[in-house]
Amino acid sequence: MRLRLARPVLLWLLGLFICATLALRAHYTADMSAFLPRSPTPAQQLLVEQLTEGVLSRLLLVGIEGGTPAERADLSRALAKRLEEGGLFVSVRNGDAAILARDREILFSHRYLLSPAVTPERFSTAGLRAAVEASIDLLASPAGLMLKGLLSHDPTGEMMEMIGTLDSGGSPASQHGVWASRDGGRAILMLQTRAGGADTDAQAAAIERIHADFAGLPKVSPDARLLLSGAAVFAVHSRAAIESEAVRLSTISTAAVICLLLLIYRSVTAVALGLLPVVTGALAGIAAVALGFGSVHGLTIGFGTTLIGEAVDYTIYYFVQSDGDDGEGRWMERFWPTIRLGVLTSVLGFASLLFSGFPGLAQLGLYSIAGLVSAAAVTRFVLPHLRPAKLRIRDIAPLGRAMASFWRQLSRLRLAIPVLALAAAVVLVTHRDQIWSSGLSGLSPASSADQALDQSLRADLGAPDLRYLVVLKAADREAALLAAEKVGTQLDKLVGEGVLGGFESPARFLPSEATQRARQQSLPARDELARRLDAALIGQPLRADKLGAFLDDVDAARRQPLLTPESLRGSTLSLAVDSLLLERPQGWTVLMPLRAPAGDVPLDPARIQAALAGSGALFVDIFGESSHLYQAYLDEAILLSLAGCLAIVLLMAVVLRQPGRLIRVLIPLLATELIVMAGLALTGQRLTLLHLVGMLLIVAVGSNYALFFDRADSNPADDPRTLASLVLANLATVIGFGALAFSPVPVLKAIGITVGPGAVLTLMLAAMLARKNKP
Amino acid sequence: MTRRLLATLALALATTPALAAWDIAQLMAELARNPGGEALFTEKKYIALLDKPVVSSGQMRYTAPDYLEKRTLLPRPERLLLDKDAITIERGKQKFTLRLTDQPEILAFADSIRGTLSGNRQALERNYALHLSGSRDNWTLNLSPSNPRIAEVVTRITIGGSRQQVRSVEYIQTDGDRAVMKIDPVAEPR
Repeated sequence: MRLRLARPVLLWLLGLFICATLALRAHYTADMSAFLPRSPTPAQQLLVEQLTEGVLSRLLLVGIEGGTPAERADLSRALAKRLEEGGLFVSVRNGDAAILARDREILFSHRYLLSPAVTPERFSTAGLRAAVEASIDLLASPAGLMLKGLLSHDPTGEMMEMIGTLDSGGSPASQHGVWASRDGGRAILMLQTRAGGADTDAQAAAIERIHADFAGLPKVSPDARLLLSGAAVFAVHSRAAIESEAVRLSTISTAAVICLLLLIYRSVTAVALGLLPVVTGALAGIAAVALGFGSVHGLTIGFGTTLIGEAVDYTIYYFVQSDGDDGEGRWMERFWPTIRLGVLTSVLGFASLLFSGFPGLAQLGLYSIAGLVSAAAVTRFVLPHLRPAKLRIRDIAPLGRAMASFWRQLSRLRLAIPVLALAAAVVLVTHRDQIWSSGLSGLSPASSADQALDQSLRADLGAPDLRYLVVLKAADREAALLAAEKVGTQLDKLVGEGVLGGFESPARFLPSEATQRARQQSLPARDELARRLDAALIGQPLRADKLGAFLDDVDAARRQPLLTPESLRGSTLSLAVDSLLLERPQGWTVLMPLRAPAGDVPLDPARIQAALAGSGALFVDIFGESSHLYQAYLDEAILLSLAGCLAIVLLMAVVLRQPGRLIRVLIPLLATELIVMAGLALTGQRLTLLHLVGMLLIVAVGSNYALFFDRADSNPADDPRTLASLVLANLATVIGFGALAFSPVPVLKAIGITVGPGAVLTLMLAAMLARKNKP
Repeated sequence: MTRRLLATLALALATTPALAAWDIAQLMAELARNPGGEALFTEKKYIALLDKPVVSSGQMRYTAPDYLEKRTLLPRPERLLLDKDAITIERGKQKFTLRLTDQPEILAFADSIRGTLSGNRQALERNYALHLSGSRDNWTLNLSPSNPRIAEVVTRITIGGSRQQVRSVEYIQTDGDRAVMKIDPVAEPR
């Protein structure tokens, strides 16, 4: 007998082993990738690149607080030194004067290659005269004291020309020689990690390194402390939050469900058997996602806790409804078709998520389908073989009988359903402008405390918000730089007209070879320059015989090797170039961040696009683009949810055949959706697309309960055992989803607060509408 | 007005015998009573490299004790603002702000003029040795840097004035270049 029975069990064990292996070897992620589109437009592609690999994603802002300003400055220098030695960062900047001196040295020695003012005209007699006059005027300024020493080398003021083109958007304040916040209460450092933003492990290591290095520094004041922010900090924190949430929520809901089952069954064996389909379902879900997507997102696992609540329903139905003599055969015959239909409706609901362009949702869909189908199958085909013949669970018929009168009372209130639904509809109509959350931030797993710190550190640094970008693509570096220079000329005009406040370009510190050569060629030969200089200085207070150093420097510049990325290494100029000029597998990308004009004048995209017309450059408003992205997600999610609901309705129409029965099943679902949405709107929750998914889940999960109440042969309200099993199953589901409602991770919380109340409500409304059987 | 004039006259007469005792403490006390006001300035920089001095001029505004604005109009407009511990330079579209507490050298320069204007002897003596000569109506205050980092750049700062009004400031740099600024009040401080 055992051998004959073993086949489904063996198959199950084999499947379990394969799933467990796949789950163990799966790659787990928790980064932002689940929130980014799979098939983006070029502008979205850029947004994704910026979020995953770009400068923004690799930027860390560090604040040091406590102690005296001098002490903070010492800590800033010591920390910068350690971090640079550590090698995890491509750049460590704290405004230290020594590093700025290195930058200045590079700028000065390459001034004739870098200064945009270097043209043949500038080195004509008239050009020289005008440039020298301007330099002498500048000596009158307080800044002139610093420039006096440069005059004999740089009488045309190329150094000032270069400094003038540097973005004057306001550099950070300085205190004791290093960057500090405006109020002087913090020392500030700006770091760029070597690892890309998508590599959360490497980012976590970098963050840990900063903390460890800071902890290792000798401190005078015990209250000196480190603040850290940046995209990587968000990613690492949210991953940690999601991971700990996944474990915490699963533990809580598993424990709660086990307690519930023990309370009902009063049999450890039954509880253990009852959990088998759940475990199988969870493993199958992870394995399916690992196979289908290559990696499993932490959120998917966190969501798995809901599966515990749903999958356990099947075993509750099985144990409770098949209890008693010959219960099993009767269960297969009476209840299995209803459960099967319930599984199918759920699967249809989740299947619509598979088509989502939002990888997080698609994973969730696949996970749930695989999990539910395998849990139901294990319940149906494996549990009967494993169930000991003498297994007896507590008879819960009395419990059902006790509830029955309550449910009968409830059905008297059936008129309340249209009233409630109508009221809910009115609420929704009056709140229609405040129902949906706008923007991706509602989906961000970052806590608001993290976001506030980021804002504050960013403001200290005057860090560009990188909202507006001009993007260029080119086949090689030289072409990319040439294109950047061409666009730069157009943008310069806009700056002059006041349309733009300023912009950054990699060509500022690394001009194209063609431009560098052209500048070199505008420098006259030594004798010729000396002649022109003599003529230019007639009537000037400066005599040519004092400018020998200038003649020497220009002569050297004519033969100077051109600037390359290598010659910028070790300076902060190199960082500026590297972050704006990116090598990609398919070519080179240039980013040119734009700054809006001073004051609150917004940028005029039309003017910028007009200036860029024909250059092949793309103007991107990152904020606008991410709003579009979110809107596209929302539209898609609405469409998919409607499609999922429609599929469920069609399936039930086919199976139930009678319109009356279909309506009886649909009304509780529809009313529940309205009431839950109205409830969320009334409590001030802004709905995101995760709430929308929750709505779909209400249909997918709730239809199971509605179907039981529609069974033609028996009203559960008249069958105490079935009624009890339904209530208990519902309780298990609410525990699963309810645990999510208390999660601080917004995504999980959204689903929890939608589906938890929805599940209870569907059951109650379905009970009210249950058909009256003959007494 | 007449009464005040009379009172000043009386005071001047009363203190005449004590002229010999005119000292830094008295000068500082008098300067400290100056609440501020507006003035025109002309500055000449004598630079070895140049055959002629560079001349600039404009307006100055001082409000005791720590607000000093220097608005250059010629040869090119420029604004220098010293407010508490921040120094701001605006020239054309550019604007730089520095915090003085972390730039001891610049703070020392700022203190030389601001400390004199406000009669803050303590601030002056932090970085300079003071020597006063002349009379109350025509005094000369010499500041010799005692701080070696300032001494690297500046040999001496000479400030001339009459009573509570600073009239001239001269910086002599270590390389022999110097800057002389003449200050003419537009309106008597009230």
